[in-house]
Amino acid sequence: MSATTMSGFPARDLRVAGQLSRSRKRRNRVAKVLCVVATIIALGFLASIIFTLLRLGIGGLSLTVFTTVTKPAGGNGGLLNPIAGSLIQTAIGALIGTPVGILVGTYLAEYARGSLLGNAVRFVSDVLLSAPSILIGLFVYALLVNGRGYSGIAGSLSLAVIVIPIVVRTTEDMLRLIPISLREAAVALGAPKWKAIVLICYRAALDGIATGVLLAVARIAGETAPLLFTSLGNDNWSLSLDKPMSSLPLAIYKYAGSPADDWVQLAWVGAMLITFGVLTLNIIARVALRPRR
Amino acid sequence: MAAAGFYRPDGTEPNAVSQSATTGTASAQLGRSRGSLGDKLFAGAATTSGVLVLVLLGAIIVSLFIGAWPAFRAFGLAFVTTADWDPVQNVFGAAVSVYGTIITSVTALLLAVPLAFGIAFYLTEIAPPLVRRPIGTAIELLAAVPSIIYGMWGFFVIVPFMADYVQPHVIDAFDGVPVLQDVFAGPPFGTGLFTAALILAVMVIPFIAATMRDVFMTVPAVYKESAYGVGCTTWEVMRSVVFPYTRASVVGGVMLGLGRALGETMAVTFVIGNSNRISGNLFGSGNTIASLVALEFGESEAGSLKLSSLLALGFILFVISFIVLAISRLLLRQVKA
Repeated sequence: MSATTMSGFPARDLRVAGQLSRSRKRRNRVAKVLCVVATIIALGFLASIIFTLLRLGIGGLSLTVFTTVTKPAGGNGGLLNPIAGSLIQTAIGALIGTPVGILVGTYLAEYARGSLLGNAVRFVSDVLLSAPSILIGLFVYALLVNGRGYSGIAGSLSLAVIVIPIVVRTTEDMLRLIPISLREAAVALGAPKWKAIVLICYRAALDGIATGVLLAVARIAGETAPLLFTSLGNDNWSLSLDKPMSSLPLAIYKYAGSPADDWVQLAWVGAMLITFGVLTLNIIARVALRPRR
Repeated sequence: MAAAGFYRPDGTEPNAVSQSATTGTASAQLGRSRGSLGDKLFAGAATTSGVLVLVLLGAIIVSLFIGAWPAFRAFGLAFVTTADWDPVQNVFGAAVSVYGTIITSVTALLLAVPLAFGIAFYLTEIAPPLVRRPIGTAIELLAAVPSIIYGMWGFFVIVPFMADYVQPHVIDAFDGVPVLQDVFAGPPFGTGLFTAALILAVMVIPFIAATMRDVFMTVPAVYKESAYGVGCTTWEVMRSVVFPYTRASVVGGVMLGLGRALGETMAVTFVIGNSNRISGNLFGSGNTIASLVALEFGESEAGSLKLSSLLALGFILFVISFIVLAISRLLLRQVKA
């Protein structure tokens, strides 16, 4: 049937068909080019950020940045206390948030499949994952700081709240990838369910769970808004958790907007340190610990 | 096809069918003898942690509401419609910052969605397989850059760029065009609502693009191959097969980006100009809920009406973003399941 109609087309129809085909191809090419341009624009933003940080940050990098505490403008200060404060609060935040996150993820993957409570927990956790971090700061302020004063532990707790949903998401996803036969093998050997989960499933999902924890650490290391209302920042050397505590993002926030040139320079150094730290953690998490599928 | 499963040497297929029954009874019987206590403790700990997440959400809502109560009591519903933010006279309202939040977020989406769609299309259909992963990872890194870094970059790079190259020309270009000459007007200082929206767009692009890429991947290959088979171009496959199939989830991804944009704090604070007035034009300065809270918080005494008003702003932001994120999750869940 098609053979007869093909040969039966008048010349005008063939011409129209040719035009149509060309315009469809042209449209296809335009769409593809626009998509490539969109991707280049986004990559250009990333390149611009990295380039700006290097251009303005690397000049101020010196040993005193790591060995001296913050000083008044013009005092040749460093970033020792913000760096220490960031490390402490990030570590405590991750140490508190990770076990809770793993347990919630375990609950969702191993105990609550399909249950109403499980679905509610998963839904709320996913919403918290994207909730504005400034609200977490306000929440911890209202709960712990108001009336008691700013403290490093309040900052750490607000970071822990941010860690939990990130770890929940990766833990649940990774545990769901573990084949049922592994669990059955463990149970067949007489292991109780908790041993099957802890000794078999966690071990099999270790890479994925570690990825989640690394991503969570990378996320909270750069968080500013929640710390603003909880640990406040501290220009003096202080490691006590019940006093206001300095951190890199807060120091950057304070210094970047100041009129003093040496403070602005320090802000760029801090920004460079934190960005490259965070990006390195992300690359390790995404490339080195990539889950095998 | 089903028969093939039964002859697989590892036997996963037939076992998978009966797994829930097997694990259930086996662990129940063994539990009584040895692992009973451990099982109960572990299940208890896991369930308690799960419930803790729900409690956390409840605690956030309740604590914000309690903190906001004095402001709500003093101003009533008018708090949302009042444009004043006057610490001297102790009159506070949310209208300006709610307006700024919505205008910047929606403008950001108008800029981000086409770009994110292009990136997702590129990564799923156009890019050579070898570069898909590196480029995808690079786009994801854009999401990893901390908010405050976007603020500094915006303030030191984008703001001068806007002031020197974009705003004067755009204002000239739209001069005399009805409506648009009012939208693209204002002092060409580089800061303002549009610059904030631009930074927000860069920040939410990776989230929207990653979601779109993931949902585009869920389209069965048979559908796409059928379309290619009848002679469709790549773009026609995208427009007529992939996009209709994933429409709900694409909207979910856009809502996810909106949820992110609504609550962004540090980046916006650096570039929006921070003035408490409703600006009809996009180059004018303004503020958002998050930027106002971040800026004013340090100057609020504990127990003051101002602090309570800030917590009330937080409560409003929470309600808005919760609704947006909840819609996003519901739309995205349909494809995942």
